[in-house]
Amino acid sequence: MTILHHPGDDLVLGYAAGSLAESWSIAIAAHLTYCPICRLKVEAAENVGGSLLGGLDAEAMAPSALDLLLTQIKGVEQNEPEKPRASIKESSPSKQLSILPSALQSYIGNDVDALPWQRLKNDVFQYLIETNDYEAKARILRIKAGRPVPSHGHRGRELTLVLSGSFEDELSKFSTGDLQDVAEETVHKPVAASGDGCICLAVKDAPLQFKELIPRILQPVLNI
Amino acid sequence: MAPAQEVSPDTRSDNDLLLSIAVTQCREAFSTLFQRLGPRVKAYMMKVGASPDVAEEITQETFVSVWRKARQFDQRKSSAVTWIFTIARNRRIDRLRKERRPALDPYDPLLVPNKIPTPLEELEQSSIVKNVTASIEKLPVDQRDVVHLSFIEGLSHQEISDRLKTPLGTIKSRLRLSFEKLRLSLGDSQ
Ligand SMILES: [Zn+2]
Repeated sequence: MTILHHPGDDLVLGYAAGSLAESWSIAIAAHLTYCPICRLKVEAAENVGGSLLGGLDAEAMAPSALDLLLTQIKGVEQNEPEKPRASIKESSPSKQLSILPSALQSYIGNDVDALPWQRLKNDVFQYLIETNDYEAKARILRIKAGRPVPSHGHRGRELTLVLSGSFEDELSKFSTGDLQDVAEETVHKPVAASGDGCICLAVKDAPLQFKELIPRILQPVLNI
Repeated sequence: MAPAQEVSPDTRSDNDLLLSIAVTQCREAFSTLFQRLGPRVKAYMMKVGASPDVAEEITQETFVSVWRKARQFDQRKSSAVTWIFTIARNRRIDRLRKERRPALDPYDPLLVPNKIPTPLEELEQSSIVKNVTASIEKLPVDQRDVVHLSFIEGLSHQEISDRLKTPLGTIKSRLRLSFEKLRLSLGDSQ
């Protein structure tokens, strides 16, 4: 698998810095599963954080801080180093592995077929992912072959990460692990490629009024 | 000769301290590491507006995690201070931003492994942080400022743009330029 489409460096940096909102971060973390190139960038950027942290002026800790800490770790077991789990190749063919990277599984479980999909027009199905940020919205889309990927060309930024299948626009094809990073001014008309269609994670700027005015509970009803 | 009761300061590197925490559960190494970096983690928490008390509390939590996860520290992959930064960063998102931190699982069965050793893997991790520090110091002030606002003050790029009254596009291009220079200093030209 060769990843051809990556998020912009500003997102990679924001993710490493910890200043990127949760919904965008889900797309970045999921993309990292498929993309050694971006993992390397995140590691490089985290060193910026380490360097700046080490250079901060010290804030004196309370005099009792060390004693308190040593009391707290009393009896705290150290975790075993983690071991690799079975990869796709090693696991038996009968055992179906989830198509979802763990960053996503922690939000929506491991079975896309079991999601309570909501039908939009054009036979596109969506499932909204619940997050704690108001800046952006994340959802999973399931698109039949040949059907358009919804909501491209709206104002604001949009990330679309392919989880299974592929989609194409006028210029290129996006396959599993590819992340399309669409800036404000672009308008394209991507469609799910032939075959089984496409399942993807889409994250976009929340419309301004939703960030501030609409109670979160209403949002699923409004299909944003 | 120095009198026997005089305790010499622990001069071990952060990495060595972290390794003896992992290998021998050494509480002395842990204490030294906390005294060295705890006050900086506290400062980091206060930079996003945590009160001294709350910052102190989250610093404690950060170091309990450091103790618990010490055996997962891989000195081929990161330096101690960078590793502790990532733990502190995740605590800060969780406690102060009240968001979750979606993380990569390095053992995800879907993980696509690195094909070739990366430039970062070939460099000594401790020298990486030194290179990065030197490279940050060499950045023009406007680029260094946005890096600091993003990593330490935790501002989103839009918030940086508002704070500096500078267009978002300019903020992003400053970040991009600074990142390119930093990666060049690490021998990564991709
Ligand atoms: Zn990538």
